Parts: sequence; structure tokens; C-alpha cells
Amino acid sequence: MTQSTEGAAELRSVPALLHRNATRFGARPAFREKEFGIWQTWTWSETEREIEAFALGLLDMGVAPGDFVAIIGRNRPSLYWSMVSIQSVGAVPVPLYQDAVAEEMAYVLDHCGAKLVIAEDQEQVDKVLEIEDRLPEFHRMIYLDPRGMRKYDHTTLSSFAEVQETGRNASAEQKAELEKRRGGLGYDDTCVMLYTSGTTGKPKGVVLSNRNIIETAKASCEFDHLTEREEILAYLPMAWVGDFIFSVGQAYWAGFCVNCPESPDTMMTDLREIAPTYYFAPPRVFETQLTQIMIRMEDAGPLKRKMFHYFMDHARRVGPKILDGESVSLGDRLKYRLGEFLVYGPLKNALGFSRVRVGYTAGEAIGPEIFDFYRALGINLKQLYGQTEASVFITQQPDGEVRSDTVGVPSPGVEIRIAENGEVFYRSPGVFVEYFKNAESTAGTKDAEGWVATGDAGFIEEDTGHLRIIDRAKDVGKMADGALFAPKYVENKLKFYPNILEAVVFGANRDRCVAFINIDLAAVGNWAERNNIAYASYQELAQNKQVLDTIQAHVEEVNASVAQDDMLSGCQIHRFFVLHKELDADDGELTRTRKVRRKIIEEKFADLVEGLYANEDSVYTETEVTYEDGRKGKIKATLYARAPKVVPVETKTLEAAE
Amino acid sequence: MKDTEGYITPDGRQIGGVLMEMKNITLRFGGVVAINDISFDVREGEIRAIIGPNGAGKSSMLNIISGFYTPSEGEVFYKGEKRPPMKPFEVARMGVARTFQNIALFEGMTVLDNVMTGRLTHMNAGVLSQALWWGKARDEEMENREVVEKVIDFLEIQNIRKTPVGRLPYGLKKRVELARALAAEPSILLLDEPMAGMNVEEKEDMSRFILDVNDEFGTTIALIEHDMGVVMDISDRVVVMDYGKKIGDGTPDEVRNNQDVIDAYLGVAH
Repeated sequence: MTQSTEGAAELRSVPALLHRNATRFGARPAFREKEFGIWQTWTWSETEREIEAFALGLLDMGVAPGDFVAIIGRNRPSLYWSMVSIQSVGAVPVPLYQDAVAEEMAYVLDHCGAKLVIAEDQEQVDKVLEIEDRLPEFHRMIYLDPRGMRKYDHTTLSSFAEVQETGRNASAEQKAELEKRRGGLGYDDTCVMLYTSGTTGKPKGVVLSNRNIIETAKASCEFDHLTEREEILAYLPMAWVGDFIFSVGQAYWAGFCVNCPESPDTMMTDLREIAPTYYFAPPRVFETQLTQIMIRMEDAGPLKRKMFHYFMDHARRVGPKILDGESVSLGDRLKYRLGEFLVYGPLKNALGFSRVRVGYTAGEAIGPEIFDFYRALGINLKQLYGQTEASVFITQQPDGEVRSDTVGVPSPGVEIRIAENGEVFYRSPGVFVEYFKNAESTAGTKDAEGWVATGDAGFIEEDTGHLRIIDRAKDVGKMADGALFAPKYVENKLKFYPNILEAVVFGANRDRCVAFINIDLAAVGNWAERNNIAYASYQELAQNKQVLDTIQAHVEEVNASVAQDDMLSGCQIHRFFVLHKELDADDGELTRTRKVRRKIIEEKFADLVEGLYANEDSVYTETEVTYEDGRKGKIKATLYARAPKVVPVETKTLEAAE
Repeated sequence: MKDTEGYITPDGRQIGGVLMEMKNITLRFGGVVAINDISFDVREGEIRAIIGPNGAGKSSMLNIISGFYTPSEGEVFYKGEKRPPMKPFEVARMGVARTFQNIALFEGMTVLDNVMTGRLTHMNAGVLSQALWWGKARDEEMENREVVEKVIDFLEIQNIRKTPVGRLPYGLKKRVELARALAAEPSILLLDEPMAGMNVEEKEDMSRFILDVNDEFGTTIALIEHDMGVVMDISDRVVVMDYGKKIGDGTPDEVRNNQDVIDAYLGVAH
């Protein structure tokens, strides 16, 4: 059951944890942000004062308990503080994705009925003002960066600094009121509401209680022995549950320091300067970094290049073993030491991973080669499996039991059950309260006993107890002949090639599988440059004959590897197109967390799918695209299909497999 | 004549008195008359554009303002006082900063170092102190670095702070040049074709920055620009030059409807 030991009164809400930290770790750094080229630091006691001032300012504005307050912006200390200030006055923070267009924000702001919006800068303010008419509840906005805001009508607008100033001059009565509201926060009161990006349909508001967040933070901090000495870099969207758990839940529980980058473009430099000890990144980030390293090594001098490859080969052989504490010969150990001095150390330093003690990746499958590369360097990179509805953690890998093809054992306090159709269910103290104003979806996801459906199909390995995820349960289907169809499995194999950014495989209820592929412009562009292949646009490069040859070779390798899996050998790719445009969240083809929206892509590019099944050699198509400013345009292209080699196999049907 | 009365722009900004006045300026190179008896003024807080076809004498006019050329005839009044012939660095000390049509940055130096050079007029520690990095030189550099970092933040070039300028694309170099000029904390900023050679997006960004500089710091801006759309959009008043003569002066709307200007731009049968 979801039994949990309820913490002492001072540990039942985030504002309570803040007070504990200010008392216990008063002089330790809580937040850092690079401003004007220098890292500015706020200690826990300074943080408490900042948060209190803003909370009193909110009180003065009339923010009432239970109100929803939206927060839009990139990771900045003031925005993190405002979340806790909002909680202090009894209201609920609702962080939104800052790169969403106004249209998408309108839905969420209207759905939660936010009365107050805290926006980072002019860009975000403009977006909210654009949709103001459609938000009957909304009546005030606070902005952080005053730049360009001088000429705005300030009757309903205030700056963050002004609100804090009002708060600093608050009356004794208001202070007592704040004290009362803060003290009244209970373990089952709402801590935060996060909207899931949703691979289908409208976003849903996931309500998480103090219990969910604090229990999860406590268990996960203990699991990885996180202390107040950790340093993290907060660079992932604040609207994402992971950021909330890492930068608020765990940071407040353990009392460690959250570092905010100077600007989105300086993220890599800031990472190097901070050298976090606890780090999370989606597989895509690790992939991009590896691609960058490989590109730069190709361009390096011959001596450096040889040294890099020589020592990396050694590291791939013994590095992961050393990390897992297995026995390695003395000679190999010494050679690894030398490599650490000459190659691994400097490389880790350049990547900002010198001090990483615990690193996680999740969200998508990570390529074994990518995963092993980082582990070979001695970086303790692990995988976890989680969801917004679970306050992140469902399973995670313990130190010393790390593999690229599993997602680990159930996290402390989490129970797992596999349904008959293969779908994974879990139950834990972190399980969400409800979907806001959506009892139907809540009931459809969480049953009376508290079991939550993940929507993913998987199984538990008998000998290790590790969970393996195959695909989205609803995407796992059958082909016309009854064979199992698991597109994600094949797509992930394709995406492990640096040249391939994204892949979409079709084949449900068809006699064979076909695919769309997106090339990675960084990798393929660099290759083209080195081989003197001129191209004017992404579109042209994508249809280049040599590029198609390379991709075809990759697909054939994947087919050979898929053919070895008895259950999934029917999923080999018979024909594919390299798409003329990059799949993009702005066009609705990906979610904001960059997951493929299969149905929408299939409808949007229906002519191309049919072309592949009709064995056309080329198809002319026109596609509507949305630019960053919301304008729309059209791109036209002729795509050339390829038919990679397929390994002949006897298909096993799903019935037989069961 | 000291005019202290200003005016209010259509978007509600208060424009102050005359900051700089050019009186009957003529500039000759031997027998060639580059500028022929031109007078106009620049008011405090204003965005003032100088436009005209190629060879109209726009850059020469800017060079007179910046002190690079001394007018053959006529006088320059700055803050109500007549300005004697001066060297460009003396003019710079008086609070006049500029950017160049064909980018003039130190290619081998980083963005940060380039922008720091904009602070030179504010540094006066001795050679010895600077060489030893001690005392006054150190304090001064820290103060100046602070100003520079604010400019870097304002122009959103933090990510290229340590990148050598030679490796930057053209549009960014232009922005770095603007940063260097701004670092001098000028009371009047001269921009020589800030958008030349840019694509639409870069032009939009640059326009935004020019407006923001004016709005945020109240800096008076005089600019030369070819792109009529941009000029008409962002400037408060426009001087039109053709063959060294002033053929129009007024708000963008007035200038747009001025027959002489239309003739100069569209051509007219002589």
C-alpha cells in the first residue's frame, strides 16, 4: 500500500523545508545565477528572505489560498523563488513551457483559471497580452526583466522588484497572515500543478500534493545518497516534472545548490564552469554532445586523434567494469589511469562532467554505444523510468547494476505490476492526486486501489528484477499477418546512428513496415563539408544521393539486427523516405518534450506513406510549416524512396508469442 | 540660439532640447564639394536619420560630427557651445561614440576585449600601474568591466563573450560594434549603416536593439541607413541629402511626401 511515514510538522511543505534549510544550512549556497559574467550566489537564509518578501507582496495583491498562479520563463532563481512564495500564501504554482506559442498557452491558462501570471520578460508578457481576451479569470501580471516594458500600460502590470519592495514594507498584520497561511499547509495540500505535454489530445493538469513531492524527494535522495553538498545545473524546462523534482523537491529536501545558466545559449559554458555533481539530461543531449566530440576529433590533428581513439578503445573495454567495481587487471588499471590523465580527464573537464557523481538519463531509450561511451569515461550515468503522474520515479538503476537496455529496479516505495497485455502499472507515495477538472481521465488512469497505468508495455527480467520497456502500449500493434509491431523498438535502433535524428516507422495492420527518417543536420552537414558536397538547404542535403546511400546502409544494419529478434523480426523496414523537413513541435509533429506524434505525422504526410506502400520511386509533396513567430509557409519537395535489403524470416504471430 | 523646447513623439516619448547643431556646414575635397551649406540639429533623446542616394555625402556628414573631418566652412554646436576643431578622440571623450559602415573591430581579439576598448576614454591609470595590474588600474578595470557586462547582457551576446571576433558571422560583428560604442556610455551615438548587408531577421533584431538603447538609456541616436523601411519605422526625424545638399528635413511622413525627395530617389527627367 501507499503507506508512508509522515514527516515532522516542519517537513510537510516546501515552504516548511525552506525554513528548515535556512536554519540548518543558513550560510550554504542555495541558488546561483550567472549575471553580468559572474556567478551570483544566494545562501539559504538570503533565499528565505527573498521568498518571504515576494510572498508578502503577493499577499498584498490579494492572492488567495487555492488560486492558481502561472509561471512562464526559463530557469531563473527569481522564478524558482516565486513558486515557493506562491505556495507560502496557499496558492498553487503552475509552471508553463516558455517556448509554447500563445495559442497553446491560452488553453492551459484558461483551463486552470490562473488569476495571476508571472512572466520572465517582454516576450512572455506579449504572448499573454495577446490572448488576454480569452482568459476571463486573468487580471494581473508580474514580470521579471523590465527591459522594453517602460511603455506598457502598468495598471495591471508590476515588476518582480516592485512586488518584493511592497512585501518588504508589509505590515505586522500581513506578516502574521503569511505566518498563518504557511503554518496551515498540510501534507495533502496541492504542491504544484504540472501540465503534461500529452502525445495525444489536450494537455492534462497533473495535481501533485506535498506528500507526493516530499516523499519522492526523500526516497530518491536516500537512494543516491544526495546531500547538501551537491551542485546541479537547472536548464530543463521548469514546466517539466523532472525539473520540479530535481530543482525544488530534491534541492529543498537535501538542501543542495541549484545553478541557473546565464542564457540558454551559454548552457555548455556554464555547465563546464559549475561542473555539477548530480546531473540529468535526456538521451538527446548526450547524443548531441557525443556527435560534437566525434566531429571535433575528426577535425583534430592526427596525433590527438590517434591518442583519443587508442585510449577510448581501452576505456570502452575496462571503464564500465572499473565503475561497477568488477575486477580488472593491474596493467589495465594503470593504462586506464594514464588514459584518465591524457584523455578522459581533459575530455570530462571540457564537457563539464569532472565532478558528476550521479548522472541520469530518461525519457527515451539511449543508444548502447552512447551510454557506454560516457560510462567508459568513468561517468556514473544511469537510467531511470518515470512519469509526471508518478512525481518522476518509477524505476531507476542502483549503482553497480547499470545497463543500457533496462530502466532499473522499482524505486524505493514503488510497487510494479505487469498487466496481461504487457502494460506496466505502478503504485507509490508519489502517485498524483488527480487530473485537474478531469475526473474521467483520472479514473481511466488511476484505479480505486491506486494503481496507475503507464501506457508503456514492458516486462521484468526474471534473473535481475530489472524492468525493460518495449514500447508505448497503444503503439504496440499487429501487422496484417498477426506479427507483433513495435515501432519504437525499431526507431530507437535507427536513432542510435549519429546521422539519424528522428525516425517514424509505420506498419500497423499492413503487410510490411516502411519508415520516415530525419537526418541530423550537424552530423550529416559536417560530413558533407568534409567531402566537398555542396548543398543549399536541409531539403537538398536530405535528398542527396550519397546521403541516401549512407542512410540506406544504416537501415540495412538495423534490419539485420531486428531480424535476430524472433518476436519482432516482422518489423524490418522495406522502404523509406528521408524527409524534406525536420519534424518540429511547432508544426505539431513532436510534443514539446520532443516525442513523435505518430498519428499526426501519418495523417499529415499521408501522400508519402501511400507512396511508400505503392512502391513509388519518388513522390512530389507540399508541406505546411509554422515559423517561430507563428507565421505559416509551404515547402515543396520531391522525395526519393529507397528499398533497403530485408532479411527473410518466418514471422511469428502475436498469438503464438503469447 | 539655445532651444530648450522639445516635442512629444507620436509614441509618447518626450524629446528634449537641441543636443547638437550643424550650422551651414560645407566640406570640400579640393574642387569637389561633398557637403554644400547644410544645417540641421539633433535633439536630446531623439532618433535622427540621415538618408540619401549613394554619394550624397551622408558618411562625410557623420565624419564631421565624429570629428574625423573638419568642415571647410560652418560650425558645429554641441550642448549649446561652439565646438572648436578637434581630433576624433577628443570628440569621443565628449560623449560621441560611433560604429562604422565597414566594421572596424580587432579581429583577433575576443568580443569582451573589443567591447572593453570602448571604455578606453574612461580609463586613465598610468602605464606602470596597468603593466603591474595593481592599484588604480585594477579598480578601474573592474568598474569598466561591470559597465561592459551590462552592455553584453543588454545586447544578448553572452554566449560569444570569449569568442574571437574574426570567427563571428557578419550580423553578430555588427552587434559587437554597437556594443563597443555603447560601452562608452555616449550621450550621442552615431551609426553608419547599421543594417547594411543584413537579412530581414537580423535587421529586425538590430532595429529592436536601437529602439531599446534609445528607450532604456535615453541615448540620442543619429544614423545613416539605406533601408527606407527601417528608417521610416524607427526614426523620429529624417534629414534627406542629395549631391551634398539638404533636400528635406522632417518627420518620416513629411519626408515621404516631399516632392524633392521623391525625385531624388526615383529619378527625374533633367
